[in-house]
Amino acid sequence: MSRIASIFRKRKHKALITYVTVGYPSVEATLEVVPLLAESGCDLVELGIPFSDPLADGATIQKASFQALENGVTPQLCLEVADKLHRQLDIPLVFMSYYNPVLSYGLDRFCRDSASAGVSGQIIPDLPPEEGGQLEAIGGKQGLDTIYLLAPTSTEERIRLVAERSEGFIYLVSVTGVTGARDRLPPDLAAFVARVRKFTDKPLCLGFGIATPRQAARVARMADGVIVGSRIIQLMEADRSLAEVAGFTRKLRRAIDSL
Amino acid sequence: MTKDSGYFGAFGGRFVPETLIPALDELAAAYDVIKTDADFWSEYGRLCRDYAGRPTPLYLAEGLGRRYGGARIFLKREDLAHTGAHKINNALGQGLLARRMGKQRIIAETGAGQHGVATAAVCAMLGLECIVYMGEEDMRRQSLNVFRMRLMGAEVRPVSSGSRTLKDAINEAIRDWVTNVTTTHYLLGSVVGPHPYPTIVRDFQSVIGKEARQQILDREGRLPDYIVACVGGGSNAIGIFHPFLEDKKVKLIGVEAAGRGLGTGEHAASLAAGEVGVLHGAKSYVLQSAGGQIRQTHSISAGLDYPGVGPEHSYLKDTGRASYVAVTDEEALEGFKLLCCIEGITPALESAHAIFYAARLAGTLNREQIILVNLSGRGDKDIDIVAQALEEKP
Repeated sequence: MSRIASIFRKRKHKALITYVTVGYPSVEATLEVVPLLAESGCDLVELGIPFSDPLADGATIQKASFQALENGVTPQLCLEVADKLHRQLDIPLVFMSYYNPVLSYGLDRFCRDSASAGVSGQIIPDLPPEEGGQLEAIGGKQGLDTIYLLAPTSTEERIRLVAERSEGFIYLVSVTGVTGARDRLPPDLAAFVARVRKFTDKPLCLGFGIATPRQAARVARMADGVIVGSRIIQLMEADRSLAEVAGFTRKLRRAIDSL
Repeated sequence: MTKDSGYFGAFGGRFVPETLIPALDELAAAYDVIKTDADFWSEYGRLCRDYAGRPTPLYLAEGLGRRYGGARIFLKREDLAHTGAHKINNALGQGLLARRMGKQRIIAETGAGQHGVATAAVCAMLGLECIVYMGEEDMRRQSLNVFRMRLMGAEVRPVSSGSRTLKDAINEAIRDWVTNVTTTHYLLGSVVGPHPYPTIVRDFQSVIGKEARQQILDREGRLPDYIVACVGGGSNAIGIFHPFLEDKKVKLIGVEAAGRGLGTGEHAASLAAGEVGVLHGAKSYVLQSAGGQIRQTHSISAGLDYPGVGPEHSYLKDTGRASYVAVTDEEALEGFKLLCCIEGITPALESAHAIFYAARLAGTLNREQIILVNLSGRGDKDIDIVAQALEEKP
């Protein structure tokens, strides 16, 4: 079993997954916040490799990516950050990156270096399974899970395809839209999760738009994991001491566990 | 992989968020249906004729050909098409397709504003809602077209991210589409983007090459030796190239924007100076940094100021069927002035790149040879930019 799959094996435990953009607001902040997230109850952290043209992202992550690039963050540096982090953490790390930086780094080299930096998998939002075969195969040899996404618009045929191919878990995009904190989640979320559940036993984690402990609790009732990204970035920006982000994460954990 | 999966050799594909894949499938299926639907094509043909003013003329630019001596130059007058450029051909086709699909809301991106204006016109005519994303920098330098779009009822949304040009307008249009995909058709304006866009846009633009091929045969009894067209995303070039692909003796030349010079890094010549990458949903040549970030580009013409290029052009480059050259801002201005004063035609700055290259090429050839240039748009929108540039460097 992969390292990622094992976090879903704990009985009566729903996974809390958070996202940070590497190098936002600074590389030091990333090195500081990820252990804090782990201590505060996260089961997995996604490390975002910044990209100049993040077309699946809303304003918050766009801004964070832009700032990180201004700070000189490269895929190479992200690998170094991951390497430092994994030595002090018990939880798995995955890379979240658009495809071009990975392709430019070289698929073989990226997977080899990810594995040796202690990374457990990759999420590439602009790489559907039809295009992902090569990365999946190369990653597989290095023990990396390639995690695919499903959206509310996905047809039954696509649900079957992703259910078969996604490794570790399946990333369910909760809203028809881009990333970003939202006041309200769509009312038919449970129906979407049920539609996917019919075809697979793999863990299902919901992300996009989840910004409050209350929303997290609601999502945890229907899925195996909750993914929070933009809200984490906003809190890191609002309070550079990172006390707020740690407090918020503990609240998310409690809300999820209170079921 | 085959062309059915949206690949031209190693280029193309569909590198987009999962949310959009069903919409791309729906679009591909709808396009498959209309491809053989005589009613659709007869309506498209009627509108091309009565609304857009097709066929556009083929004009023998004798003065231009003689300027440097040598070959005769024919201009395919897309500048005379309604709204002032070839963009109307694709906007009409996709507008009709969107109506067939029951999509009432149209979004588009625009660089120079020509595609935005064409889309706004078609939406006004077909009664569709129209939202155009345009980089702030482009809104500034193409303000006339912004006004035209608004007059026709389109909402122009400024894009302030990244370089505030065409690339960022496409990002923003894709984000809108991801959010409103069930009600909205994304009327993409070039042969870029995920499958099936490069094929659909090419097919609608092929009307240029089909007409030109017939016109030159009728007039000269033979095919041209060279076809020259400017390449940003590459829709006017593919449109004129495509019907000649099997005519192996016809040399196809795409002209990219060399901006301030290829050596300066301030240009938009993806094929001449880029590397294979993925941008806006397709694998193609892309201008990028060592870390895989998309590079800032520069061109005096907003329509060519784009760090990517249509995947079919990448394929034509790699197979050698077409060749690609680059022309600087300064040379394009010279082409612009040349066409104004020798032929009394004001070309778009985009097309002026092709004009300059063709005029120079003509000088190396003889009177028996024929160069066909796609004069893809007219230059009214560029008057301010040209005036400013000439003030700086008369």
